[in-house]
Amino acid sequence: MISFEMPKPLVQTRTVVKTVAENMMRPVSREMDENEHEIPWAYIQFMHTAMKALGGSSMAADDPPKKKEQDPKKEKRPSINYQCLMVMVEMLSWGDAGIYLCTPGGMLGAAAVGAAGTPEQKKRFLSLFQGKEPVFDAMAMTEPEAGSDTSAIRATAVLDEKTNEWILNGEKIFVTAGHKALVDSKGFIVVWASLDLEAGRAGIRSFIIEADTPGCKVTKMEEKLGIRASDTVSIVMQDCRLPFDNILGSPTIEKSTKGYKGAMATFDATRPIVAASALGVARAALEFVHEKLAEENITIRYGLPRQKMTNLEREVIDMETQLRAAWLLTVKALWMADNKKSNALIASMSKVKAGKVATIITQKAVEIMGPVGYSQEYLLEKWFRDAKINDIFEGTGQINLLVVARNILGYRGSQLR
Amino acid sequence: MYSFTPTEEQQMLLDAVKRYADQDMRPAAREADEKSELPRDLIEKGWELGVLQASIPEDYDGFGEYSTLTGVLAAEAMAYGDLSTALAVMTPNLFALPIFFSGSEEQKKEYLPAVIAAEWKAYTAALIEPTFNFDPWELTTSAVLAGDSIVISGEKTYVPYAAEAEAMIIYANLDGETQGFIVPQGTEGLSVGERQKTLGLHAYPLYSVTLDKVKIPADNRLNGSEGHSLKSIMASSQVALAAMAVGVAQAAFEYAVDYAKEREVFGVKVAQKQSIAFMIAEMGTDIEATRLLAWEAAWMLDEGKDEADKHAYLAYNCAVDTVMMVTDQAVQILGGHGYIREHPVEMWMRNGRGFAAFTGLALV
Repeated sequence: MISFEMPKPLVQTRTVVKTVAENMMRPVSREMDENEHEIPWAYIQFMHTAMKALGGSSMAADDPPKKKEQDPKKEKRPSINYQCLMVMVEMLSWGDAGIYLCTPGGMLGAAAVGAAGTPEQKKRFLSLFQGKEPVFDAMAMTEPEAGSDTSAIRATAVLDEKTNEWILNGEKIFVTAGHKALVDSKGFIVVWASLDLEAGRAGIRSFIIEADTPGCKVTKMEEKLGIRASDTVSIVMQDCRLPFDNILGSPTIEKSTKGYKGAMATFDATRPIVAASALGVARAALEFVHEKLAEENITIRYGLPRQKMTNLEREVIDMETQLRAAWLLTVKALWMADNKKSNALIASMSKVKAGKVATIITQKAVEIMGPVGYSQEYLLEKWFRDAKINDIFEGTGQINLLVVARNILGYRGSQLR
Repeated sequence: MYSFTPTEEQQMLLDAVKRYADQDMRPAAREADEKSELPRDLIEKGWELGVLQASIPEDYDGFGEYSTLTGVLAAEAMAYGDLSTALAVMTPNLFALPIFFSGSEEQKKEYLPAVIAAEWKAYTAALIEPTFNFDPWELTTSAVLAGDSIVISGEKTYVPYAAEAEAMIIYANLDGETQGFIVPQGTEGLSVGERQKTLGLHAYPLYSVTLDKVKIPADNRLNGSEGHSLKSIMASSQVALAAMAVGVAQAAFEYAVDYAKEREVFGVKVAQKQSIAFMIAEMGTDIEATRLLAWEAAWMLDEGKDEADKHAYLAYNCAVDTVMMVTDQAVQILGGHGYIREHPVEMWMRNGRGFAAFTGLALV
């Protein structure tokens, strides 16, 4: 039966996370924005302790399997892990999208391990988050000459058969939280590299590089339009040696792109999570607009025929409609992920829609609010800057449109470039 | 818990409506549009699916339980077949559902069994008024209480099947509030004008209606002297129209996708061009999003959630834009062929533009 009732545990989660967002994030939002590259340790320590206390050690939906006695009489309920993650990410991003990206525990890297790793790898790497100190992970895919076109990846991985180690060489850029994963904590990054440059995408695999691995260095910290609390770095690998078991998925190159596709499957889970972050920022902006209008005693009249609405009403109602539309796509995408239904189409739809909606809502909000919107006295102008990243990372809006189109049309990459 | 899976019963109904849409509505739609006439047996066949009958309880000779959500699912599937036919099949809803939502017990007992009797019969409603500034909450048609009677005067437009309707609900302004009044055909002062010609919906018979001091018993007011709120009727209309807009959009979308995968340009299929593929991706995304808005609003109405009315309005607001965008893009993807009446997309585009004006023209 169709139902839009938020599961009870998620309602509680939302309330708890809202308190965190209000007390740990909003008060330092401006400060963290103005002091790029400073780390919000208070938030990080708090989240690390809180998540450990709650029994979860990471924000990855696929935690290492817990030894929990299942009551055989009890019917197994479908998982709500991804839906829970969505609620957290949305609310934390409502608090501050940059600080949210500093949340310790498994993020994109853990998602990749969860999607493509063996049970041993899941146990080995995801347990890193359960230690005393907060630990971070990151995903390193983009290169100076390879953005959305991952087939252009030039980083290489060669097996040294004598030592049974992988040797990685290459440069990665735009690695979100890379500094925190490798320098500020004993975390890891998931790096995409080619086993055979001739093989194109079929040769691409992902590898895990842990902190303190010789031959792997953070070389640059970017300065950005928004999400300044989160570090974005370049990483250089120079004869960086990894144990054989640090490869995710199959080490053999098949003719097919099965291995590559496995890695891409990570996105079916992570794209709606990025969408959730976009939704949080957009909601913050929209709520701000409503607050300011209320202060001026301006009410938005719902239910009017269009020809009777003021322009302001039309704009605000459209913003609200679009935000809800994107939210619903995201909920459905993650509900499908939790119920192990194939969600590639709607996962990318949610990312397209949320990325676009968040960008438009924050831009419109600044416009509507005039001098108030443009001023640094309020956070709205920051949200305008923060929101834009959601239409860029984890696949630009255009790449996601391409994925949506391929899924609708039943085309392979070669048929629709 | 969230769920996006219809119940088995809902799915069976959807499958039946889909068969009707594919096998009966689609083949008849173009000719009906050209001739401005719907075959009666086509309407009858749709009526036999029993969507309305299944939402009226046994007490009133129905055989089911009312569910906005089921109504919304069925409305989308109907409109996917053909909007004119769908609206025709659903025309008795315009009379029956306001009575079911807001009527007194006597009114329900008197009218509902008649409406949902075996055969489809025209029962209708008159809400829309012939001014661009039409607002269902501030009608110019007036109702005045005169002893045991009510006297209604005004102009109505877009009244479906007015010429042959057994009875209709006339909405009028009573002391600043919109109220519904049950007016039987042939009541003195009620005159049905010429059939109206509109941009779309050619097959659906719409009439103007003039009310010249139409005098009816005061008991014919919906819910008698206590009156009723317009809210549930408006919300029902908004989710119905949202769902039907999604149905029309889905039809145009699928047609454009099929065409784009067939049509060759510069040695490839036109769908292989990013400019076209991106249009298709946006159409598909907005249709799914709008559908979810309509489902959610319907679910909220069924559950009696706070702000259900607002969400019905948001869904409708979204659907009006989605259906226009999608049908327009479908015509665009077919290019010159889209403009030719051999293909259905131009008809869907004409029908699609109407949703902003269709307030109250469909109820679930």
